[in-house]
Amino acid sequence: MQLSVKHLLGIRDLTRQDIEIILDTATEFKEVLQRPVKKVPALRDITIVNLFFENSTRTRISFELAEKRLGADTINFTASSSSVSKGETLLDTVNNILSMKVDMVVMRHSASGAPHFLARHIPAAIVNAGDGINEHPTQGLLDAFSMREKLGRLEGLKVAIIGDIMHSRVAMSNIYLLKKMGAEVTVAGPPTLIPKYIQQAFDIRVEYNLKKALEWCDVANVLRIQLERQNQVLFSSLREYSLAYGINRRLLDSLNKQIVVMHPGPINRGVELDSDAADSSQSIILQQVENGVAVRMAALYLLSGGTEVGSRK
Amino acid sequence: MKTILNEQQLAITIRRLSHQVLENNIELDNTVFIGIQPRGIFVSDQMIQVIRQLVPPEKVQYGKLDITFYRDDVRNKLHLPNHTDIPFSIDNKNVVLIDDVLYTGRTIRAAMDALIDFGRPAKVTLCVLIDRRFSRELPIQPDYVGRSIDSIVSQKVKVLWKARDGQDEVVLL
Repeated sequence: MQLSVKHLLGIRDLTRQDIEIILDTATEFKEVLQRPVKKVPALRDITIVNLFFENSTRTRISFELAEKRLGADTINFTASSSSVSKGETLLDTVNNILSMKVDMVVMRHSASGAPHFLARHIPAAIVNAGDGINEHPTQGLLDAFSMREKLGRLEGLKVAIIGDIMHSRVAMSNIYLLKKMGAEVTVAGPPTLIPKYIQQAFDIRVEYNLKKALEWCDVANVLRIQLERQNQVLFSSLREYSLAYGINRRLLDSLNKQIVVMHPGPINRGVELDSDAADSSQSIILQQVENGVAVRMAALYLLSGGTEVGSRK
Repeated sequence: MKTILNEQQLAITIRRLSHQVLENNIELDNTVFIGIQPRGIFVSDQMIQVIRQLVPPEKVQYGKLDITFYRDDVRNKLHLPNHTDIPFSIDNKNVVLIDDVLYTGRTIRAAMDALIDFGRPAKVTLCVLIDRRFSRELPIQPDYVGRSIDSIVSQKVKVLWKARDGQDEVVLL
């Protein structure tokens, strides 16, 4: 049995079976991470380049750890300290790196569709670590893994995604994945941050009242909020946002049940999430980070199998 | 298709193997039993059941090992992993590895590499239900054997279990 895809570009391309295979394999990798030797030699013949054209610490470290735990050799590329600043094109950059016999590419880019473009032009397997406002598939997968781990299932689960839905690749990947796995989704936030036709496009609920969304859901996935996006001011101030959409202890305690609180990070403490909520026993934010390494190990392992990848062709 | 062990013979062989292993490992404090996923588990589950009837059950340390990530053919074909559960240290212990069929020896080679990443055992011994002797591709030999058979490369040994396949039987295809 194999994945139905050669690259991990988005949850959009995955079947339900693909997702189950990835999550089940991630469970086994999570066990590896509890062993005295937290490594397996499965990818020791593979070289992976982490091509990060956008800044990231958390995702890049998570991928790097996952690659090292699989025994792969890793190369890190950050756009600022490279020839991209001299005007080298994306394709030239990647082809140069591939000439050095690199087998897989993990890429984050500010342009939506950049990894899809790359996949059409190079033979290596590509993992999308976030492209513009399109998708962040490994985040979607680790969020689902964390929900399944905490609550035992995804089918029928009620998940509220809260914040800047319009510009969030994390929200997109979460929505695709949760719908494919039979969960119910509500997006909540200020009207200026929720795309106009999202309800019809994805068959999800839209809620502008935060408390109603929280009373409905089993899990709240809280997204990071920025005041300005591309010089457009989409709400009056961070303080206004946090008054209407910020999650704190008092709000959580006022609900009729205990919900699970998630956040992809980094948290703007006091804006979308207060410390007394982020650090509470209802929060699984740190487990999300731990699960991220296991999920990325699973994705890399599953994409590496078969004769297409690796120098022994 | 030829039957190598029928239901009754299979049960007797498992009992005999369990007694043999226990005979050489009566100091259970220093012994751990590890079944190899996915099919060795059916043998080891049954053997542990027998062993637990002969000695205080809580003294029997039993774990399961999946070797998918240590295979030497990872790049040729994708294999999905099974569960590993070794809830004890193997440092300075006598490890008894249990599998159903010993053929080329590559699975056991992978199992030993996996074990070394869990600690430094004092000793590793191998117990198999079926030994396809003269078919080894690596220098690996069993310490406890249920039944030795001669087979050629085109043949396959299948171990069937009631829980999964409807009957207990070992056949040569």
